[in-house]
Amino acid sequence: MNPTLIIPSRRQLFVGFFSIGLSGFGGVLPLAHRMLVQQRRWLSEEEFTELLGLGQILPGPNIVNMSIAIGARFHGVAGAGLAVAGLMLAPLVIVLGMAVLYDHYRNLPDVQGTLHGLASAAAGLLLAMVLRMGEKIERHPLALLMAMLTFIAVGILRWPLLPVLLLLGPVSIWLAHRRQRQGGERC
Amino acid sequence: MLILLSLLASFSLFSLMAVGGAVTLIPEMHYYVVESHHWMTGQEFAALFAIAQAAPGPNVLVVSLIGWKVAGLAGALVATVGMCGPSSLLCYYVARLWQRFHASPWRRAIERGLAPLTIGLVAGSAMLMSEAANQHPSGWLLCAASTLLAWRTRINPLWLLAGGALLGLSGWL
Repeated sequence: MNPTLIIPSRRQLFVGFFSIGLSGFGGVLPLAHRMLVQQRRWLSEEEFTELLGLGQILPGPNIVNMSIAIGARFHGVAGAGLAVAGLMLAPLVIVLGMAVLYDHYRNLPDVQGTLHGLASAAAGLLLAMVLRMGEKIERHPLALLMAMLTFIAVGILRWPLLPVLLLLGPVSIWLAHRRQRQGGERC
Repeated sequence: MLILLSLLASFSLFSLMAVGGAVTLIPEMHYYVVESHHWMTGQEFAALFAIAQAAPGPNVLVVSLIGWKVAGLAGALVATVGMCGPSSLLCYYVARLWQRFHASPWRRAIERGLAPLTIGLVAGSAMLMSEAANQHPSGWLLCAASTLLAWRTRINPLWLLAGGALLGLSGWL
């Protein structure tokens, strides 16, 4: 362990993730990075990248996976539970409060209009996410082909996700592995 | 009770299919709650997604809203636990082996192999949500503007959501 790093107590774990949960809008990761690495110094830059890789490689919400891994690293099962509870608790209460209001007032024409606008803007955020990811995608014909096939299968043909993942996942991973060996990359 | 069990089973399965986060599951969730069970309309689904985006916290909360719409507070809790439970258990155990696995060339291959799939899935989600959310040409125009601003500038997405909501309130859509 790096001596300048701080080991959080259980309470600090909960409070730290509580504040991450409350302050992130439409994506909590950049914020989590700033807090965990720069402000509170629970993790080094390398450790953060390593845990992010773990969160991305496993199924499930990335930030939830990260909070599990970080909580577990410091305080085992209790730490993992506290970190996730801290992350989810306040946002869950807020979002359900919004949902109750929506249900109560959703028949008012003003509210319908507002939600239409909100939904259109939110769909735009998703499209922007695709464009940003597209800028970062590996420029290899096979990688692009895999992305296209996935999009066609799930987005256009509307195939169920499970068979698509079971079919394309292993193929895509194997192709990536082959590219690495051909490229002679060392990891 | 039966509905809660159905929610728990479905979302537990979704949890293990969420390659790259909850957003990749939108087509699958849409099929389950809108097309297969008719628990809500496509427009309601789009509205719930938008509310989840406008609230603080992780994007996975859209799952809580869907559960709430289907079966109230119990539905919200069951859907959330289903969505986070299995993946969290898996993550907890893998995290302990991670040090050893971390240097393996297969880890990089899995990351590199899954990245294109994630983009394809998010693109499918984005297409579905755009079709559900944009009822009129004016909606598509607003959606395109929000896309461009979010993609090309560093503006806080909340401003875009607020702007969209205000335009909708003004009756422009």
